[in-house]
Amino acid sequence: MYAFNYVSPKTVRQAASALAKAADDGKLLAGGQTLLPTMKQRLASPGVLIDLAKVDGLSGIELKGRSLVIGAMTKHADVATSEVVKQAIPGLAALAGEIGDPAVRNRGTIGGSIANNDPAADYPAAALALNATIVTNKRKIPADQFFTGLFETALEPGEIVVKVSFPIPSRAAYAKFRNPASRYAMVGVFVAKRGGDVRVTVTGAGASGVFRAPALEEALKKRFSPKSLEGVTVPATGLNGDIHASADYRAHLIVVMAKRAVAAAIAK
Amino acid sequence: MTATEIGAPVRRKEDFRFITGKGQYTDDINRPGQSYAYFVRSPHAHATIKSIDATAARAVPGVLAVLTGDDLAADKVGGLICGWMIHNKDGSPMKAGAHPALAQGKVRYVGDHVAVVVAEDYATARDAAEKVVVDYGVLPAVVDMNEAVTGKTVIHDVAPDNRVYDWSLGDKAATDAAFAKAKHVTKLHIVNNRLVPNAMEPRAAVGDYDSGTEQFTLYTTSQNPHVARLVLSAFIGIAPEHKLRVIAPDVGGGFGSKIFIYAEETVCVWAAKKVGRPVKWTADRTEAFLSDAHGRDHVTDAELAMDEKGRILALRVKTKANLGAYLSTFSSSVPTYLYAPLLSGQYDIPAIYCEVDGIYTTTAPVDAYRGAGRPEATFVVERIVEVAARELGQDPTAFRRRNFVRKFPHQTPVIMMYDAGDYSASLDKALEMADYRNFGKRKRESARKGKLRGIGFSAYIEACGIAPSAAVGSLGAGVGLWESAEIRVNPVGTVEVLTGSHSHGQGHETTFAQLVSARLGVPIDQVSVVHGDTDKVQFGMGTYGSRSGAVGMSAISKALDKVVAKGKKVAAYVLEASADDIEFKDGRFQVAGTDKSLAFGEVALQAYIAHKFSGQELEPGLKEGAFYDPTNFTFPAGVHICELEIDPETGVTTIERWTAVDDFGHVINPMIVEGQVHGGIAQGVGQALLEGARYDANGQLVTASYMDYAMPRADDLPSFQVGTTVTPCPSNPLGIKGCGEAGAIAAPPAVINAITDALGHEDIAMPATPQAVWKACQKAARKMAAE
Ligand SMILES: Cc1cc2nc3c(=O)[nH]c(=O)nc-3n(C[C@H](O)[C@H](O)[C@H](O)COP(=O)(O)OP(=O)(O)OC[C@H]3O[C@@H](n4cnc5c(N)ncnc54)[C@H](O)[C@@H]3O)c2cc1C
Repeated sequence: MYAFNYVSPKTVRQAASALAKAADDGKLLAGGQTLLPTMKQRLASPGVLIDLAKVDGLSGIELKGRSLVIGAMTKHADVATSEVVKQAIPGLAALAGEIGDPAVRNRGTIGGSIANNDPAADYPAAALALNATIVTNKRKIPADQFFTGLFETALEPGEIVVKVSFPIPSRAAYAKFRNPASRYAMVGVFVAKRGGDVRVTVTGAGASGVFRAPALEEALKKRFSPKSLEGVTVPATGLNGDIHASADYRAHLIVVMAKRAVAAAIAK
Repeated sequence: MTATEIGAPVRRKEDFRFITGKGQYTDDINRPGQSYAYFVRSPHAHATIKSIDATAARAVPGVLAVLTGDDLAADKVGGLICGWMIHNKDGSPMKAGAHPALAQGKVRYVGDHVAVVVAEDYATARDAAEKVVVDYGVLPAVVDMNEAVTGKTVIHDVAPDNRVYDWSLGDKAATDAAFAKAKHVTKLHIVNNRLVPNAMEPRAAVGDYDSGTEQFTLYTTSQNPHVARLVLSAFIGIAPEHKLRVIAPDVGGGFGSKIFIYAEETVCVWAAKKVGRPVKWTADRTEAFLSDAHGRDHVTDAELAMDEKGRILALRVKTKANLGAYLSTFSSSVPTYLYAPLLSGQYDIPAIYCEVDGIYTTTAPVDAYRGAGRPEATFVVERIVEVAARELGQDPTAFRRRNFVRKFPHQTPVIMMYDAGDYSASLDKALEMADYRNFGKRKRESARKGKLRGIGFSAYIEACGIAPSAAVGSLGAGVGLWESAEIRVNPVGTVEVLTGSHSHGQGHETTFAQLVSARLGVPIDQVSVVHGDTDKVQFGMGTYGSRSGAVGMSAISKALDKVVAKGKKVAAYVLEASADDIEFKDGRFQVAGTDKSLAFGEVALQAYIAHKFSGQELEPGLKEGAFYDPTNFTFPAGVHICELEIDPETGVTTIERWTAVDDFGHVINPMIVEGQVHGGIAQGVGQALLEGARYDANGQLVTASYMDYAMPRADDLPSFQVGTTVTPCPSNPLGIKGCGEAGAIAAPPAVINAITDALGHEDIAMPATPQAVWKACQKAARKMAAE
């Protein structure tokens, strides 16, 4: 780790101005579960760390009308164990409970995960499938426009994720095939049904991050059942291949995980 | 005041210290004025060093020195050594390239040591290291062994075809003859995957030099501090032995990787004098992945010859062993004398011939890793007997049983003389515990859920308690492998045990104390165990190869005999009897046939006050030492059975049951033994299902972190059913054989045999990852469709 300065603002406004002041040299620190390891490996070297830990009003879970709203600094463990989340979107609670290990879940945050947009992270799949809205200190960004590529988002310099709002689906579930080493998603599939609309999103597999699987969505719109996915295939083009899984194997797993997610969504 | 019995599951005495964070590991040691080292490592697999410019690094405030291979050469510091000489088939010695602690002219693997920066603190050393400018002339990497032996790219000039040795063991003519008359021959191509040891505590060293006394001290993560001192003084030439103290304090796991004498500790102790300050280095995890000696990495072709009934006639094995870029301390012995002599397994095989080529590649050095050669041998034997049984249409347990060694002692055609065992007994018990009878029923239940269930056996044998000094000497070892012990009884009857063994997770502080408690009748908490300091323990060979029970404790046992003998003489004076009439039992010295007796503590006090025998031949005090040199290896053996389920849709393998029945001879502490078995199985399952070090074609380590190197986790494993059978070891006084590596040796073939059983005999390489299993499922399904 290289030397850096540390500031601990109390409000979103202060955090934003600290970020602006640091210009390109500043980084927001949330749970630190991604940022700190990268700094330790000297792959990132921000001059200023702006810690969001003491910023008011960034964490919490509440129901607002037909939406579930989760503050950016809410930890994975809190989402996983929240009765409110378990009632409203049980698949989201289950997803949070499968992230990393207990230490990671008790530090890592939803805002950090979404802002980081790791191609193997779990939350992006949920945000995209549930058609969430990412609320920042400046605007509201629909998930459809938020995840723009590998570790890339629509966030502009100086923009801070404040909360994420999830419209409550009629049925939703996540099926994760964990990378045997890192236990991030090697293939994670989130399915969500809301009225006649079905969304199927895939994380861990795409060469440019989370994506929707139209062929699976169309099949499930006809009938929301694992059987509808029999014989449906996903092309391997555009998928990742690495020592753990070839693109072909990932393409195969996407359909298998989608079936399992649908089965779980129906069972709930 | 009660003594502890041998065989009692005594809780570990050391755990309070470890669990409450009071352990003292090397990184916990801080010397006054300490500075910090950071190593500049090669980013290339293979390159010449054209120049090193350290001007900018030296200019960084806080930097004390930047040292390179030239400085080592100028100080006449010798290179790292390989302590086991292997001879080629033609009798010529192996070709060992020089191994300087800091590169001299050339680097040979990613992570190779180029220079060291010593600074006031770690961050400064690391920052300055980035400012050392090295001009490399990049050469082609050589990762593949087949490519290496073409000699297109030469790694060490002494070995033009990158072959360290071509070695063989066994009778070629007899083996060929047996194959010629065989009715059935089974052939198998086997890859034994390369592993990274991953001790929880990374390697570390603190070098210290006292210019007043000219005394060096090295604190280091070592499994054998005396051997480290011997090598550092006699071969590397840091200081004479009496001027070099090596301390290996608490060590957090080794698995073999901390046997060796590495560049980093050598440089720290040398640099301490150079910069006039203590020098500390602690590896981070990336350095551990890159530079700890790796394990395994064999490619083997094996053939098994059988008669019409399925009796084994002969085994022929040809192995290429990847030794990495340099010969690590014991690397040459692992794929030769620690491997081929185990190829007879539990079987009566009349003829065996094994050829091994040791090969240099531009990868991290490869050396002993939990099991060291025996897991590789067991994998060959237990895979090929399983495949042979299947080819002959015989039950794999019946096939094994037909070929078991039954009479002991049994001389194998590959050096070993098995002294005792009952292989059928272990198999019977394991089959019973595993409920083999109802396996078919469970398999059908799995099939109903769309899962493939398989069962796999592993009837392993290993050689522990390494080893009779004369035997290993005749095979090329540079040292003898005895062990020493000293028992110091204090005047109040408490006891200190000084041992040359070294605990780095094995629980010696408990088991060794347990032996003393049982033998002397003193409570276990009045016995302390001292190890890991060359100034306290006179000499010792350290802990590896499951030798601390069979050899280390045998030395303690011998010393205890002497303590009791001396105690009898003291008691005789006090009780006014003849020493011959004194019996020692239950912690009391008693005049036979009378009620005159003294407790052990009373005799200890009498020994030190010496009132009763002043002026006599008997010396005061109660302190005895012993060296124990074993007369044979010990031969733990057993049967492990793995039962698993495969999800053919995903390729995920779930181990459903694990049965282990091991014959370790007499057991001192069954709880600790069971723990060793559990850990060993976990490591073996890790090798079979998860772990594998991978280099790309450029010699970059792809699996250099836990993001890509998969270690076994608790939820990858079932609860183990562990049982034992006992045939006491006849060659040592305690009848114990050793248990530290059994699980890691037994497990891999059990897993792969079970997977291939589930897959309808489709072969699969380790690690059998979900992707590999899924592919094998696809292949098996295609085959079935075609048939
Ligand atoms: C061992 C381990 C295992 C893991 N396993 C998984 C897994 O299985 N699945 C998974 O999804 N993740 C996994 N993670 C990642 C984990 O979920 C992280 O918590 C997450 O990716 C980042 O969240 P954080 O709060 O730690 O963010 P930080 O590391 O603090 O920040 C990450 C990035 O986001 C930015 N950022 C943080 N908060 C905000 C904000 N409010 N607005 C704008 N930008 C912000 C930071 O500046 C930084 O660039 C794992 C991590 C570890 C260490």
